[in-house]
Amino acid sequence: MEPLLQRLGRGDVLVADGAMGTMLFERGLRPGQCPEAVNLERPELLEEIAGLYLDAGAEIIQTNTFGASPAKLAMYGLEDRTSPINTHAAQAVRRAVGGRALVSGSCGPSGRLLRPYGDADPDDIFAGFRRQMQALIDARVDLICVETMTDLTEATLAIKAAKEVSSDVPVMATMTFDPTPRGFFTIMGVSVEQAAAGLIDAGADVIGSNCGNGIENMVRIARQYRACTDHPLLIQSNAGMPKTQDDRLVYDDTPEFMARKAKDLLAAGVSIIGGCCGTTPDHIRAISAVVDAARS
Amino acid sequence: MMDILARISKSLIAGEEEKVGELTDAAITQGVPPKQILDEGLIAAMAVVGDRFKAHEIFLPDVLLAAKAMYAGMDRLRPLLVTQDLPTRGTVVLGSVQGDLHDIGKNLVGIMLKGAGFEVIDLGNDVAPEKFLEAVEQHRVQVIGMSALLTTTMPVMKTVVEMVKEKGLTGRVKVIVGGAPVDADFARRIDADAYGFDAANAVEKVKSLTGVS
Repeated sequence: MEPLLQRLGRGDVLVADGAMGTMLFERGLRPGQCPEAVNLERPELLEEIAGLYLDAGAEIIQTNTFGASPAKLAMYGLEDRTSPINTHAAQAVRRAVGGRALVSGSCGPSGRLLRPYGDADPDDIFAGFRRQMQALIDARVDLICVETMTDLTEATLAIKAAKEVSSDVPVMATMTFDPTPRGFFTIMGVSVEQAAAGLIDAGADVIGSNCGNGIENMVRIARQYRACTDHPLLIQSNAGMPKTQDDRLVYDDTPEFMARKAKDLLAAGVSIIGGCCGTTPDHIRAISAVVDAARS
Repeated sequence: MMDILARISKSLIAGEEEKVGELTDAAITQGVPPKQILDEGLIAAMAVVGDRFKAHEIFLPDVLLAAKAMYAGMDRLRPLLVTQDLPTRGTVVLGSVQGDLHDIGKNLVGIMLKGAGFEVIDLGNDVAPEKFLEAVEQHRVQVIGMSALLTTTMPVMKTVVEMVKEKGLTGRVKVIVGGAPVDADFARRIDADAYGFDAANAVEKVKSLTGVS
């Protein structure tokens, strides 16, 4: 598999995978359980999910390590298992894709608020991210994806931790914005322009947005990013905003709808398109068809 | 006197924890009645913070810093305020329901409620239904506030509403729910008294539930 930055350098567009949590819940993950404990207990589920996304056309497949920083794992008393949880996740995806897709080491927020507004010491959070990055990179992920960040300082810590472990491994970094009457901001008050400047400054090779409030807002966010930077962009949208139905979460956006909007993302200059919460292999298949058509 | 209260407010809005503590001490030394410091210095400023947050002029870190500053002032005043002087508009017990470990939204509601003059008992995360009812029995609680971030924990909210009914507390104790997967329709279906779509809205709903204008 050609390295990520080489492909992006050629101006190529890549398809990433869709939701992990949604797939795990369908396979028996119970709410309140640590989603990353699966990595130790049932890695075969991770291989199965990676295989489904690979078949759907994803060329970048994430590890199930969104919450596998020690600070987050500590909420389940699993911080001592940080290394094996990350290692097993990376190995499972590598086995499943067998070189046919890039393995992306996922790293989500620590779940802690940093000083001064919170009580977490930034040095501790950095050290934690570093432990996670070390395990992922030692297990030979092809790239790191720092995602769903809302605090630019925390995103910076994660990017720098990855770069400190290996300056060769490409790092993608995405933040989650909400629409407000004054424009898009993360819950911590970071604008798209501030995110672009801060993430690039921290060393991210690809920047963008994930999760969020539906793909139509993502098109607006992508355009806003593109207006202030030439950096490669990554967008991984939710399948719309979740609604409750019979006490279950349902997502409205169909694969066809997301595929249609993916064209707008391509037009906005996005280089990597995938999905977030609520997206399935069917969504990725539909997006992949759009990207293939745009290539030819 | 007005000057020092205005300075307390200004520092609180700016999130200056130490300064609010020092200014509160200074106001006490100057002989400003503690209740006046609380109402016109701290609570009034927190209302401004709440309004600005609602208008998206400021963000979560600003609110958290302002809240820290508010607590610094309140800690100074607490020993001086005899119980009946506490400007409590009622008592609210808050918690994230069983299984949930997400607490930023709920903490924000707690901060805003305190800023609006309510007593808040925060049961934290992963709170079992019985714990809410125990708190109701131990304190003079008017409102139970529950937050969920995972859909699967939402049925716990229904359990609490049912327990309130079983104990014959309906009407005396009101239940408000919130959190990302919760909506007004769900609140109606489980027979909760109110749904707060964000922290500021939750405070408004609690005010109307407790008859505070």
